[in-house]
Amino acid sequence: MYGVVAMFFFVVGGIEAGLIRLQLAGPEGTILSADKYNQMFTMHATTMVFLFVMPMAAAFANYFIPLQIGARDVAFPRLNALSLWLFVAGGLFLNSSWILGGGADGGWFMYAPNSDTPFSPSNGVDFWALGLQITGIASLVGAINLIVTVLNMRAPGMSLMKMPIFTWMAMITQFLLLFAMPVITVALFLLMFQRSFGATFFSVEEGADPLLWQHLFWIFGHPEVYIIVLPAFGIVSEVLPVFSKKPLFGYPFVVFSGAAIGFVGWGVWAHHMFASGLGPVSVAVFSVATMAIAVPTGVKIINWTLTMWGGKLQFTTAMLFAVGLIVQFTIGGLSGVTHAVAPSDTQQTDTYYIVAHFHYVIFGGGVLGLFSGIYYWWPKVFGKKLNESWGKWNFWLMIIGMNLTFGPMHIIGLQGQPRRMYVWTEARAGEGFFNLGMWNLVATIGTFVLGIGILLFFVNALVIHRSQPVAPLDPWDARSLEWLTTSPPKAHNFDRTPTVHALDEVFYRKYEDVGKGDEHDYVQRASLEDLMLEEERHADAHIHLPAPSYWPMVLAVSLPIMAYGVIYTSWLIALGGAIAIAAMFGWALEPADAEDSDFDPPAPGEQTSKELANV
Amino acid sequence: MSDVVKEDVVDAAVDEAHSGDIAGALADAHDDGHGEAHHSSLGLSNTKLAMWLFLGSECLLFGGLITTYMLYRNAHSADVGPDQLWDIPFTSASSFVLLMSSLTMVMAVSAANRKDDRNTKSWLIVTALLGSLFLAGQVYEFTTFYREGLGYTDSLFASSFYTLTGFHGVHVSVGIVMLLATMAMIAKNKISGDKAETVEMVGLYWHFVDVVWIIIFTLVYLIPA
Repeated sequence: MYGVVAMFFFVVGGIEAGLIRLQLAGPEGTILSADKYNQMFTMHATTMVFLFVMPMAAAFANYFIPLQIGARDVAFPRLNALSLWLFVAGGLFLNSSWILGGGADGGWFMYAPNSDTPFSPSNGVDFWALGLQITGIASLVGAINLIVTVLNMRAPGMSLMKMPIFTWMAMITQFLLLFAMPVITVALFLLMFQRSFGATFFSVEEGADPLLWQHLFWIFGHPEVYIIVLPAFGIVSEVLPVFSKKPLFGYPFVVFSGAAIGFVGWGVWAHHMFASGLGPVSVAVFSVATMAIAVPTGVKIINWTLTMWGGKLQFTTAMLFAVGLIVQFTIGGLSGVTHAVAPSDTQQTDTYYIVAHFHYVIFGGGVLGLFSGIYYWWPKVFGKKLNESWGKWNFWLMIIGMNLTFGPMHIIGLQGQPRRMYVWTEARAGEGFFNLGMWNLVATIGTFVLGIGILLFFVNALVIHRSQPVAPLDPWDARSLEWLTTSPPKAHNFDRTPTVHALDEVFYRKYEDVGKGDEHDYVQRASLEDLMLEEERHADAHIHLPAPSYWPMVLAVSLPIMAYGVIYTSWLIALGGAIAIAAMFGWALEPADAEDSDFDPPAPGEQTSKELANV
Repeated sequence: MSDVVKEDVVDAAVDEAHSGDIAGALADAHDDGHGEAHHSSLGLSNTKLAMWLFLGSECLLFGGLITTYMLYRNAHSADVGPDQLWDIPFTSASSFVLLMSSLTMVMAVSAANRKDDRNTKSWLIVTALLGSLFLAGQVYEFTTFYREGLGYTDSLFASSFYTLTGFHGVHVSVGIVMLLATMAMIAKNKISGDKAETVEMVGLYWHFVDVVWIIIFTLVYLIPA
């Protein structure tokens, strides 16, 4: 369900991007007014970051972490449902601003004081601040839930260093969320108090420091970048070994470089602020830290490349997306290094060069990784593969489209076209190869190629998928624990809790090492079907499952009501507050261990909150 | 790093506990699912781990608020600032009340561990009362400051002071509700899980709120402007 809602917002964000590019296709564009243009790029970024990439990654983490660690479910199923409904409520609340006077218009970083009432008089920014507050709570609750799940609910024998790599990366992401979310929460509260209650935290005329917001935002905002990209790294690190028929090269290095990214990610935020006059010492420190974080990222790239080196490569769609990530993300990483160099960065700040960089990183890193995961795990979730030839068209159109869209932005950025400008003029467009007009048009065409590629995905997923044959249990000859169950998995995930002996547990159950000495030579001794029969024969007798609950949904609905109250009229705050308190008490008094949905084979399990929350 | 090592040690212990399972790779007998409900890889219950993670996150929330206050603590008019407003003896007394509530919270947890419901309930009530007394002090303090001319929007100092201490006050209020709810649930025997652990969880939160107050009291009241 997370995934479905995230995909919906992906389309919304995509349409916003299309409108932006249409506006910029030619000089003096007239499709959007300056004001609508501001709202468009703000909401495009906000939607893509907070309502697509983050929840999509959360969907994968939610679904596959319990499966990869051999657990029945996440640690707190009802909190899980709460995260989901909060995300839905927050996303709808945020987008309801379109019909209630216009969206937020201050850029996704919403720099204060520019986002204060004199400069942004509509309610858009209020919707933005409160909507993100709600989705922020969803992320925080989800982070706590998933970290506890990973740390505490691993199957017997699964030490941390035998954990599948996606679970590792997802856990690091959740730690980043855990510590980044409260910082943006503070910033959003201060902004709300300023806009709604007349406080002066960001009013420079009262002596406020205009950098306060920037610091608070980027202390959240830079870890956020790794929150976006680390789950995709985890997915790719699962996909590459499977389709290279080799174990992940240097698993500990991939794990610890992920952790290193997580740590160093906290010490680089001010590289977003080089142009704000921080002073030479700060700039130097953050410049060096930013170059340093390229090292663990480079380690990962090398590990992925060496995983493929000498392997028997199978270019399925999932693999293509994974390789696409390596290439495209490396390009984004290289332009990132040019930002780490402060003097060069001050030249590039607020130009399209930056837009090019972060789209290569977020689209080339995050989105391609997510698509790789979608194609790889689709048969696990739905029992059928996605059509591979449609998938390949989807991939190639997306890759060509993204390079046509974001590649020229390097050129127009270095030529000096500022980002966030709603028109450009022929008079200043330049000559010959560097003519802005040509490259802007190419970027707009690229956007539509990209859009067609993504449209093919939806056709594949919604139409073609229906007539696909049922996939075998082990369609890719996979290696990790989530494949040791039916597709789609049963409500209780595993018939018997697996005992883990190795990283790549499923691989070692399927294959035997017959090599002598240091030589390794693997011979298949069992198919996954054999393993599954074995599991069913030894099924656990009684499996406890949580009871479904509606209180999380009630609680989630109460928050947007309170948020509308903050914007419009205060009695709604009281109403929402009352519902929230009632929901919390209902939740607390509801027995967590209702027996009625427990699973006793062979009776079929009833609907569980996992089904409500996960799908 | 050391955490990872420690967890590996714990995992090793878990491995040993399941050494019976490790013997046979594919065909081994396995106990029924009931044992799994209480299995936890770290030996720490899920709820307690979740509470610790939540408190870790809260540290950054207060970190942000305290930073904002420290940035703006000198941004006030000459006649309405800390020098004129602070009443250190009064705030010390209310801080003392809050600290004592941590002591009574410990007593409640200890009574809960002895399965002594009657004393658990009374210590929880005492803790809630001390917390309310502290809140009453804060309300009194806010009204006094307001009368002396420190409105919420009057200066950056005022906004950030009220926001910081207000957030802390909200946390104390939530804590009081948790204490009373726990007390009522013990009285009506409605707690589904481990009673002592529930009390301990409320305790963890309560102590955290107290520790935050010690930091706020030191930074806001005791350090001269």
